[in-house]
Amino acid sequence: MNSSADSLILGHFLLTSSVLFVLGLVGFLMRRNLIIMFLCTELMFQGVVLALVAFARFHHNDTGQTFVIFVLTIAAAEAALALALVMLLYRRKPTLDTSAWSQMKG
Amino acid sequence: MDLQFAILIPWLPALAAALCGVCCVKRGLRKLAAPTCILSILGGFLVTLGISGRVGPAGEGHAAAQHVIEAFRWIGVGALQANMSYLIDPLTIVMLVVVTGIGTLVAIYAAGYMAGDRGYARFFTGVSLFIFAMTTLVMADNLVLLYLGWEGVGLCSYLLIGFYYQKPSAVAAAKKAFIVNRIGDLGFALGIFLIYQTFGTVSMADVLAQAGQVEHPTAAHQWIPFLLMAGAFGKSAQLPLYVWLPDAMEGPSPVSALIHAATMVTAGVYMIVRLLPVFELSTYALPTVAIVGAVTALFAATIALCQNDLKRVFAYSTISQLGYMFLGVGVLSSMGAIFHLFTHAFFKALLFLTAGSVMHALAGQLDMRKISGLRTKMPITCWLMFIGCLALGGFPYTAGFFSKDTILAETMVVGLGGHAPLYTILAVVGLITALLTAFYTFRLWFRVFLGPTEYETANEHHGYPVPAHNGDIQVQHVHEPHEVSWLMNAPLVVLAAGALLAGVVGEHWIASMTPGSVPGSAATAAHGAEAGLHDSAATLFGMNVHAAMMLISSVVAIVGIGAAGYYHWLNRPAAEDVARRYPAVVHLLANKYYVDEIYDRLIVTPLRTVGELCYALDRLMIDGLVALVGFLPRLVGLAVQPAQRGVLQGYGLGMAIGVAIIILVIVAVT
Repeated sequence: MNSSADSLILGHFLLTSSVLFVLGLVGFLMRRNLIIMFLCTELMFQGVVLALVAFARFHHNDTGQTFVIFVLTIAAAEAALALALVMLLYRRKPTLDTSAWSQMKG
Repeated sequence: MDLQFAILIPWLPALAAALCGVCCVKRGLRKLAAPTCILSILGGFLVTLGISGRVGPAGEGHAAAQHVIEAFRWIGVGALQANMSYLIDPLTIVMLVVVTGIGTLVAIYAAGYMAGDRGYARFFTGVSLFIFAMTTLVMADNLVLLYLGWEGVGLCSYLLIGFYYQKPSAVAAAKKAFIVNRIGDLGFALGIFLIYQTFGTVSMADVLAQAGQVEHPTAAHQWIPFLLMAGAFGKSAQLPLYVWLPDAMEGPSPVSALIHAATMVTAGVYMIVRLLPVFELSTYALPTVAIVGAVTALFAATIALCQNDLKRVFAYSTISQLGYMFLGVGVLSSMGAIFHLFTHAFFKALLFLTAGSVMHALAGQLDMRKISGLRTKMPITCWLMFIGCLALGGFPYTAGFFSKDTILAETMVVGLGGHAPLYTILAVVGLITALLTAFYTFRLWFRVFLGPTEYETANEHHGYPVPAHNGDIQVQHVHEPHEVSWLMNAPLVVLAAGALLAGVVGEHWIASMTPGSVPGSAATAAHGAEAGLHDSAATLFGMNVHAAMMLISSVVAIVGIGAAGYYHWLNRPAAEDVARRYPAVVHLLANKYYVDEIYDRLIVTPLRTVGELCYALDRLMIDGLVALVGFLPRLVGLAVQPAQRGVLQGYGLGMAIGVAIIILVIVAVT
């Protein structure tokens, strides 16, 4: 099993992971829809998770994978919270546009 | 009476001032203010009489007993010891008799005069405080305490001149008095500093003793008299610092009588007499005093010739008589100066108070051109003022005659005997002034009291003009001028008696009290001995100088009175003819030689401009600088403010960029 694993290159995994992260980041910064922004944060999470798993495989250490389980758990909890917040915000103003919430301006 | 009681003399009025202050605040106690004040001053007077027995007059040639009473320690810093200690010697007694005696009489008069005024208690607070300061001044043992009294009387003068504080002219006059006095006080303070520096002490006894022994006066020694002189000229209204006194007539008449005739303005004369050995340190000091005194006397007398306001005439007359006192001091006749101070207090206070009675009767009218023939309406006032005018004019055998004659005779003796023609000229100036004095004094009296009875009342009620539509008060006060109450006339009778008798009775007393009071250099003692004797080597027109001067002054006084009688009683149109023939002279004199205007152009306006410049600089630069420093944080905030848009993604971007920078830096460093 390990021998076939030697043909995997860490760099490729990290590259993918960073691409996912940056896509998520850029999406978060560019999109205005609250739910889409949240999906982008999830995407950022996935990028991080991939990097963690890749490193765990590379170092033959399970710590990375354990950390991934934690991250996924927290992502789930955060998803619940975020969507609850979105719901509350929607009740205030019937829009999912973040630019509606700029009262802290200046 | 034990000399320790002398401490009561200044401190009883101080207590009265505090009590009157309480009366100001509590409505119901207003009536108590006058008796409190009067009793405190009367108490001072009685104590003065009581201790005068203890302080023996001087014999010929030796100093009189000088007693120092220490009240409490005040300033003790290293070598500088200035305590509240009082020097009681015969000169002090004379001054105290004047201050407390005239003070009591004026206070009694004022109790009636100021009745009904809203500031009744405030007035007596001011008067009590004034008596405290004045008695401190004359009783002071050291120069610092004297300066305290000096400033105190200046303060009370300011408070009392500005008594009718809602009148802008009164407020301006009060400010003027204080500021002009301050200029003199600056000189005085510098003089005290210089004295301390050269003599190492401010105690008067020590300073006088040391000054008497100075063999070769240095420049510092020679400057001291001139600096002190500046203070005396400011306080006693001599050229060039006299301009405040005529304006000070804005105060109520009792104030004019007490402060600006009898007591405060004589403080300068007292100071010079007390510090005579210091003044002898410079050979030019006393002649300067004499010249300034004589010139001021003449100058003020000429102005008084054309003044139409009752109190202004007397104000310029005061300036003129103070000039006489300075002339007396300048010729080392301290006896003459103090004698004239003494008699002048009586008759000038009498004159001001009677003028006040006239003013009160006519609801504030002071213009001589609008009053005539009041003898029928106010006979007592008429004859009281007549006595005062006789004394002022120097009619033979009145008090004013004796004192003025003493000064003029002494001046003539010094002039003729000592081969100093300057003094002969000054004596002649004094005689001319005496002629003018008699003339303008009786011009006033003949105009106001004799002739056809016509008068025009003004419309003032206790110092403030009454608005025309206020029917009630107008009706109350536009009535026949009537004589004042006996309570107010009683002190005037006492003053009139003084004006007549103080000369005959007082001459001996004052002569015994004064010469020995001034321990000093050989010159004073020698001259004192000389002056004590009434014959002198010099002769005038073949007669003894003193007798000759008496004769000449009598003639001068009678001629002046006669001329005034002709022009202002018997043949008034003649006076107007003369005035019409010389309009330029009349205008010049009526406008006081335009001195006030000159001062305004030369001094006041430039100073005010400088002041406004400083104000502008202060506002623009200093305040601007401070405001700028205050503005900087706001500036920083304004600069950074656009970064906060309130949009979530902006903050997110900021975070992302920050993280990127940190990572770059870490990667670059390692």
